[in-house]
Amino acid sequence: MLEVNDLHVYYGGIHALSGVSFKVEEGEIVTLIGANGAGKSTCLKAISGLIQPRSGCIRLKGQALMGIPAHKIAEAGVIHVPEGRRVFANMTVLENLEMGAFARSDRSGIEKDLREVFRRFPRLEERKYQLAGTLSGGEQQMLAIGRGLMARPKIMLLDEPSMGLSPILVREIFDIIKSINAAGTTVLLVEQNAYMALQTAKRAYVLETGFLTMEGPCDKLLADPKVRSAYLGE
Amino acid sequence: MELLQQIINGISLGSIYALIALGYTMVYGIVRLINFAHGDVYMAGAYIAYLIANRFSEETVWRFPLILLASMGGCSLLGMAIERVAYKPLRNRPRIATLTTAIGVSIFLENLVRVAIGPNFLGFPEIITRTSWEIKGITISNVQVVVPGCTVLLVLVLHYVVHKTKAGKAMRAVSFDRDVAMLMGVNVDNTIRITFAIGSALAAAAGVLVGIAYPRIDPYMGIMAGLKAFVSAVLGGIGIIPGAALGGLMMGVAEVMAVQLFSSSLKDAIAFVVLIVVLLVKPTGLLGKVASEKV
Repeated sequence: MLEVNDLHVYYGGIHALSGVSFKVEEGEIVTLIGANGAGKSTCLKAISGLIQPRSGCIRLKGQALMGIPAHKIAEAGVIHVPEGRRVFANMTVLENLEMGAFARSDRSGIEKDLREVFRRFPRLEERKYQLAGTLSGGEQQMLAIGRGLMARPKIMLLDEPSMGLSPILVREIFDIIKSINAAGTTVLLVEQNAYMALQTAKRAYVLETGFLTMEGPCDKLLADPKVRSAYLGE
Repeated sequence: MELLQQIINGISLGSIYALIALGYTMVYGIVRLINFAHGDVYMAGAYIAYLIANRFSEETVWRFPLILLASMGGCSLLGMAIERVAYKPLRNRPRIATLTTAIGVSIFLENLVRVAIGPNFLGFPEIITRTSWEIKGITISNVQVVVPGCTVLLVLVLHYVVHKTKAGKAMRAVSFDRDVAMLMGVNVDNTIRITFAIGSALAAAAGVLVGIAYPRIDPYMGIMAGLKAFVSAVLGGIGIIPGAALGGLMMGVAEVMAVQLFSSSLKDAIAFVVLIVVLLVKPTGLLGKVASEKV
């Protein structure tokens, strides 16, 4: 589904990603874990076109994405739910969800997906005429995910969906991610909460200061002593 | 009675400032640029109307609306051209570069009109036949009805566009968070272009209305009007659309009152007094909120 090959990204003189390669197969949840500043968000931004990599190759179902403007990448079905939720605080919940479907014109399909999002997140329906800025952190995260779903993504890039949430909400968010995946959306998940991410995903890649250092099935990484000491606090 | 008369006069003038201020605030909202060439787009709007009105002097009820629409159309093209040629190449540069360029565009437009049409004051043709009524000692001319009437109509249309259309939603999204708007599939370049087109069309409308209300135009008419409209936008809260309309009206009334109560030499000074007071007392403007970030 998504294939990233030998990706190099620089911020000025800083080499943020040094030859990162990974892939996500259709229907999978793949997670990218690593410490703060390892380059996880940079990876997602490079895929969604927010930053231009120096070199490398990014393909969605064989179609090259690099160099294409970000809004075209979104139209192609790669939907990036950014770190820190970034909902449109000055718009209502409903308007935020409509923004999610911005690139679509199939009115009945949008209506159907809106009902589906409200079924999944009843809190959002209760608050649909409320300004998004007045929602709690957890509700904003649900709105950010709901907004992403409104685009009917082929693949969803989730950046730190659990950030700043209470443990109960963290669990809830990861359950939601699993159920979205079960409903047919491929997910690339970036997380600092390595334990939850490894429990949720099928395969994982470990990123350290711009290099991929480990990869494999999640159950294997969960048992790996290096992963346990570096990311699971043992 | 005298007071009421002055308020009516002030509302006419304020409507014109309001229309210009809307363009300032919309462009600021979306690209964080104080477009100092905006006043000159208003001037261009008046000149386009002047040129058309002199070609088609046939007296019909359609004369005014057709001239208004033609001028608005012409200026929206001008606004998009300015954005494309002068601002777009500087999109990701320090803001001071674009600001300086805006001043350059302003000087260019003024001198272009000066060379092409002439530096002198020109009488604006009477595209609406003036009549006036006297009600209980207050004189109201039809122009004083048409000018605020057009402004209200245009503000309502703008409100509809910004809140109900896809382009309007894109504008609000880009102005709130450009990156996330892109992630939603919004074409940012198009959205910025549309914003310049709409803002410039409103400035053109102000140019036509000022020609009707104060029938004298010159290549430098945009400088002072533009500055006052800029202050109006700051007064209402820069980037906030209803704020610009409100600020413009208040500025018009304040100016007329300053002339009435103190001296006509204070006509232009009052705008800057307002600016200083706003910056001291409530820098975010009347409708502005203190920016706070939720983490």
